[in-house]
Amino acid sequence: MHGVLDKDMVEIRTFEITNKLGIHARVAAKLVETANRFQAETFLEKDGVEVNGRSILGILTLYCPQGSRLTIRVVGVDSGEAIAAFAGLIEAKFGET
Amino acid sequence: MADDQKKTFVIKGIGVSPGIVIGRAYLFDRQDAQVPFYNLSGPGLISAEIQRFRKALRESEKQLLDLKNKLGDLGGGMEPLYIIDVHIMIMRDRKFIDRTLKNIREMSVNAEWAVRMTVDKYREIFDRMEDDYLRGRISDIQYAGQRIITNLAGKQRVSIDMGEGVVIIASDLSPADTAQLKIDKVLGFATDVGGKTSHTAIVARSIEIPAVLGLESITRVVRTNDDIIIDGSAGVVIVHPDPEIRKRYEERKRLYEKAQDDLLDYARLPAVTKDHYGVEIGGNIEFIEEIPSAVLHGADGIGLYRTEFIYINREQLPDEEDHLAHYRSVVGVKGLSWATIRTFDLGGDKFFPDKKPSRELNPQLGLRAIRFCLKEVALFKVQLRAILRASVLGKLRIMFPMISGIEEIREAKRIFTEVKNELLAKGTELGNDIEIGIMIEVPSAVIVAEELAKEVDFFSIGTNDLIQYVLAIDRINERVTYLYEPLHPAVLRLIKQVVDIGHKAGIRVAMCGEMAGEPAYTMILLGLELDELSMNPLAIPRVKKIIRGATLKESKALLKKVMTLSTTSEIRSFVGAEMRKRFPEDFPVNGP
Repeated sequence: MHGVLDKDMVEIRTFEITNKLGIHARVAAKLVETANRFQAETFLEKDGVEVNGRSILGILTLYCPQGSRLTIRVVGVDSGEAIAAFAGLIEAKFGET
Repeated sequence: MADDQKKTFVIKGIGVSPGIVIGRAYLFDRQDAQVPFYNLSGPGLISAEIQRFRKALRESEKQLLDLKNKLGDLGGGMEPLYIIDVHIMIMRDRKFIDRTLKNIREMSVNAEWAVRMTVDKYREIFDRMEDDYLRGRISDIQYAGQRIITNLAGKQRVSIDMGEGVVIIASDLSPADTAQLKIDKVLGFATDVGGKTSHTAIVARSIEIPAVLGLESITRVVRTNDDIIIDGSAGVVIVHPDPEIRKRYEERKRLYEKAQDDLLDYARLPAVTKDHYGVEIGGNIEFIEEIPSAVLHGADGIGLYRTEFIYINREQLPDEEDHLAHYRSVVGVKGLSWATIRTFDLGGDKFFPDKKPSRELNPQLGLRAIRFCLKEVALFKVQLRAILRASVLGKLRIMFPMISGIEEIREAKRIFTEVKNELLAKGTELGNDIEIGIMIEVPSAVIVAEELAKEVDFFSIGTNDLIQYVLAIDRINERVTYLYEPLHPAVLRLIKQVVDIGHKAGIRVAMCGEMAGEPAYTMILLGLELDELSMNPLAIPRVKKIIRGATLKESKALLKKVMTLSTTSEIRSFVGAEMRKRFPEDFPVNGP
């Protein structure tokens, strides 16, 4: 019987934000879009402050200019796919330079 | 109506689209002062207030979705769409909603106030951000909040009879805003912020209505239905004009319109002197929206397409397809025989939104234009590829800015040829009569013009910068603008030198600086025997009028005399007197 905090359902990874403009509105929107695609709950953390990945304002107020390190924690049945989706998005620099 | 009790006042801004309109104002964005903020008189009213808020939220979301669909249909490009997604997300944001509900419940205030408080709280957070660009994103939250507040007002809004049309007053107008306006009812624009390159300016110029931007406080002093005059040529706005001012402006408007009509007669005619000497007339443009104006005002072709504006006001660099989309609207246009595209002419700092202050102290003399392109070759090639692909559509001339010597043009041509061969190898169809030319604006180019002439098909004299460099003046330094003098003997001699050398080498010599569009200088320029004068389309009819009324013989005589004079003031008064004598109608005694 799986408990809520089953290790298999939690994925944590830290990324560096490399695109020139950092996490601005358009990027934050893409993160929210991604988070909304999955059942898992997404949390973004930076410098000890954590916000819900479905909240665009939360993400924007996290303040991540270029070079920031962002930790994404995903909890839920599809956490594996979710974290891969975030990884892909960030690696592709959100489609920007 | 106690109109005479309302004080007349004048506000100065930036005139971005010429013309005069006398009409009624329509305040597009509601000001804070007009939004009701009050405490709820009893706890029983709280749930009703919450209902109001939720309803406004739903309406706002619906409007944005509708707008997104409408803009998607227009197919104008994807830029405005993501902003709408962001605003929708803000409105669905749990934190935003919860904060506002909390404000209503705990502070017992109306929904408008509650929303305002939430937005202000975010403003506080954003104000602490160091990064300029990210800090500026507060505007998206403010925009979303404003929309909700506007919907809260609902039917209480002053119903505007747009009647015969109104003058739109706003703090700023985004593409989404202007998309919503009944454009045929808009007589003019006046906004707090913005300038010549703002979206509002572009729209105003393309539909040819007056606009004055950058007024700073117009939204604070104007109410809907106020009488207002916009003078887009002078950059002046007059609120509550008294009857006398009104009469004067009605006269001015009449004269302006008559002049426009008269001049348009000249637009259709060829630029040929009375003794049959012809000059090609080009239009200088920054935006593809100006093409119809160029055709309307009688341009033979485009003498200068400033491509910098493809890069500005964007978050990401334009790619090859973005470039090509623009060039398609410029090359091979019906009514224009040729198009001259100038490659990127800004500095690196304009390229990337300022993140780290690596500002050059002297940007005019810094890493910009061709120098920048020869360093950032990949970026340069993107533009070159698009230009080459567009060449199949019509007669195309490519022009490199700020060339200071032979190595630069040779290197630029080498890269150009490389790109051309790459495209040909892929089987891309290219135009077979592409001309390559350079801007003559750096003094060293004038001095080695003979060698440069061997490398190109044409010169285009960029007097704006040439005059600045030659006379050592900073064009935007107000203290020395009085020294900026196209009629300085040094300037005239340099221009003559370039033309003579160019013609001796058998190439065309054009002029694309502002000087080309000044009717007062037209005869001098005729005398210099330039092959092409390229200018702001609006200036074309007047210049054609002068050309058609003059002869090459007289113009050369005028030039010969001018070249014997040694001071700018002598030249200025001599030319002024001659023009007044020959064209009294166009150069009235009180000055143009």
